Amino acid sequence: MTPMKKMKKSPAPKTLAKSATGIRGLDEITGGGLPAGRPTLVCGGAGCGKTLLSMEFLVRGATEFGEPGVFIAFEETTEELTENVASLGIDLQALVASKKLLLDYIFVDRSEFQETGEYDLEGLFIRLGYAIDSIKAKRVVLDTIEVLFGALPNQSIVRAELRRLFRWLKEKGVTVIMTGERGDGTLTRFGLEEYVSDCVISLDHRVVDQVTTRRIRVVKYRGTTHGTNEYPFLIEEDGISIWPITSVQMEHTASIERIPTGIERLDTMLGGMGFYRGSSILLSGTAGTGKTGVATTFADATCRRGERCLYISFEESPSQIIRNTGTIGLDLQQWVKAGRLQIQTVRPFYHGLEMHLARTIKAVSEFDPQVVIIDPISGLDTTGTPLEIKAALMRLLDFLKLKGITVMLTDLTLGSGSALDSTDATIPSLVDTWLMLRDLETNGERNRGLHVLKSRGMGHSNQVREFMVTATGIRLTDVYIGPTGMLTGSARVSQESRERAERVSLNEEGERQQLALECKRAALEAQIAALRAAFSGEEAIITRSFSKDRLREASVALDEAAMGRSRKGDAVKSSGNRARQNGVGGKLS
Amino acid sequence: MKAPPKSARPRKAKPAAVTPSEWDLRLYVAGPTTKSAAALRNLEKLCEEHLPGRYHIEVIDLIKNPQLAQGDQIMAVPTVVRKLPSPIRKIIGNLSDAERVLVGLDLRSREADPSAGRNGG
Repeated sequence: MTPMKKMKKSPAPKTLAKSATGIRGLDEITGGGLPAGRPTLVCGGAGCGKTLLSMEFLVRGATEFGEPGVFIAFEETTEELTENVASLGIDLQALVASKKLLLDYIFVDRSEFQETGEYDLEGLFIRLGYAIDSIKAKRVVLDTIEVLFGALPNQSIVRAELRRLFRWLKEKGVTVIMTGERGDGTLTRFGLEEYVSDCVISLDHRVVDQVTTRRIRVVKYRGTTHGTNEYPFLIEEDGISIWPITSVQMEHTASIERIPTGIERLDTMLGGMGFYRGSSILLSGTAGTGKTGVATTFADATCRRGERCLYISFEESPSQIIRNTGTIGLDLQQWVKAGRLQIQTVRPFYHGLEMHLARTIKAVSEFDPQVVIIDPISGLDTTGTPLEIKAALMRLLDFLKLKGITVMLTDLTLGSGSALDSTDATIPSLVDTWLMLRDLETNGERNRGLHVLKSRGMGHSNQVREFMVTATGIRLTDVYIGPTGMLTGSARVSQESRERAERVSLNEEGERQQLALECKRAALEAQIAALRAAFSGEEAIITRSFSKDRLREASVALDEAAMGRSRKGDAVKSSGNRARQNGVGGKLS
Repeated sequence: MKAPPKSARPRKAKPAAVTPSEWDLRLYVAGPTTKSAAALRNLEKLCEEHLPGRYHIEVIDLIKNPQLAQGDQIMAVPTVVRKLPSPIRKIIGNLSDAERVLVGLDLRSREADPSAGRNGG
C-alpha cells in the first residue's frame, strides 16, 4: 500500500515496463511486478515455494491480466504439477482446456542418451517457441532449467545455449521466470544468475527455534527501486501472499473521535468519553485480573456500534471465548454470526514473529475491522528477542494507525505487587493509553483494581477504581479511601457498613441532645414565668399600698384643711407640703 | 506430455526398406544446417556399414514440424532416436565419433555377441 505509493513517485520519467504478478504483496515490493519482457530468476532452497510462485504468476497472468502463459517443467510431470497446485485451489486443467495455459514437461535423463560431436539446443528453442506461439503466451516459466547442466555433459554448450535462449526470449518479448536451486554460498547451484541481469528474487525457508518462516527478498532489480528487506510470506489456500510492513512512517492523522470502552465508568475515567479512535491501548495485568473481560467488553461495544472487530487470541479458542464471555453477560456469538466479530486463534509458537505479523496484517486487510484486539501480546514473547518484538509491534501499530484502526493489546505480566509490574518497559512507550489491572490483596482476599496509568491527549482520572466482574458485565466502583488506607472487596463493604452504623448512632445522639435542650428550654421558660408571676404579685402589693398612702394623705390634707379652716391658720404651708409629697408619688408610679 | 518417452506409434510408416526394418531410426534436425547434414551423412554411413538393408531412417525437421519435438522429448539437435529395437536410445550431436554412436545404438555389443544381435527386436 504505502511502499507502492512511495515507489511510484521515485522512478525517472520513462519507467521500466512491469508485468504485474497479481500475487499479493509481491507487486508492492517490486513496485509493480516483474520486468516485462525480461527474465527473472527466482531462486531458493528445496521446498521454499519457487514452483508455486512461478505457477501463481502464470495463473494470475492468465486469469487476471489476460496474458496466457507457458509452464515448462523439467522436474515434474504435468500430471504431478496439476495435482500439486490443485491443493491450492488452482484448476490447471480448466486453464489448459481454455488455452490460457500450456504445460509442457521436458524430460531429460542423462542415462538415456549418448553425446557425440557438436549439437545445440535448437530443439528446446523450437519446442518453447511452438508452445509460446500456439497460445500466444506472454509469460513463460522454466522450472528449472538448470536440469540441463546435469543432463548434458558439455557445459560450455549449455552455457552458450542458455545465453542464446535468454536473448531469444527477450526478443520474443515474453516475461520469463526461471527458477534455480540455491547453491552453496551462491544464489544458484549452476550460476544461473549470470544469465539474468534484470531481476533476481530469493526465497528462503528458515527454521529458527523449530519454527519455520518463509521469506522473500528482491535481491536485485535493475532499473527500479524495490523493497530490500526480507519479507515473510504465506502459502495458504488462496496461494502466496506477502504482507510487507515497510511503513515506519508517522504520518497518520490523529482522530478526535472518541469511542466508548463498553464500561461506563471507564469512559468517565478517560475524560468522560472513552478512547480516541485509532489510538493504541495497552491493558496490562497479572493473571486473572480480567484483561480478557475488559477486552471482550470492548469488542462487544464495538460490534454493538455496528463496527467490525478482529480479535486475535493466543490463548483461547473462539468457542471458549464465547462461552466465557457468556458468563459476564456478553453474547459474542451474535456478532460472529453477523460478521462483525472475527476471532482468530493461533498458538504463538506455530509461527515466527514475522509470520504472526504477516498473518495479522493479512487478516486486517481482508476483514477491514475498526478495532483490533490482540490477547495477549505477551504470547509473542517466545517468538523473538524483546528488541525484535518491539520492532515488530511498532510496525504493526504504525500499520494500524495509518489505517485509523483502534488497537487494544493485552499484556500478561508476572507482577509481584510492584506498581508497574513487569510489563516490558518498551511497550508502554508505543501505546497511547495504558490501563493497568492490579491485584489488590488484603485480608486474605484478592480484589481487582484498575488504573489509568497514561492516556495521551485527555484528562484522565488518577484514581484507582475497584473493578468487578459480575454476571451482568464489568463494573467499576470507587475504592474506599480512609484513614486506614485503601480498602477493597469485603473490607470496603464492611467499612462502608461500619460507617453507615456510625452515622446512625451519631444521629441518635443528636436527637437526644436536642430533646434535652428542649426540656431545658421548657424549664427555663417555666422559671421565667414563675419569676414574672412573683414580680407582678409584688408590684400589685406595692401599687396598692401606694394608693392607700395617697388616700390617707389626701384625707390627712383634707383633715388639715378642715382643721386649718376651722383654726383659720395659714394655708400656704400646707400647699408646699403637698407639692413635696406629689414628687415622691410620681417617682413611685 | 507423457513422462518417459514410450510412444511407440508408427508414424508415417514408410515402405522405403525392402523388408520391415528391424532398425527404426529417427533423426531430428532443425533446418538444413551443416550439423544436421553431417549427422545424416554419418548416420547413413554407419547404418550401411553395420545394418545393411535392416534399417530405416526418418528425418524429422522440427522447424517444419515443431509439434513433433514433444513426443520424443527432443531438446538438442541433431538427435538420433532408436525407436526399434527397444529400448529407446538417443544420441545427440553430429555423430562425428563413430565409436560412440555404435555404443549409443548398442551396435557395438551386438556385433560382439552375434546370438543376441539377430533376434534383438
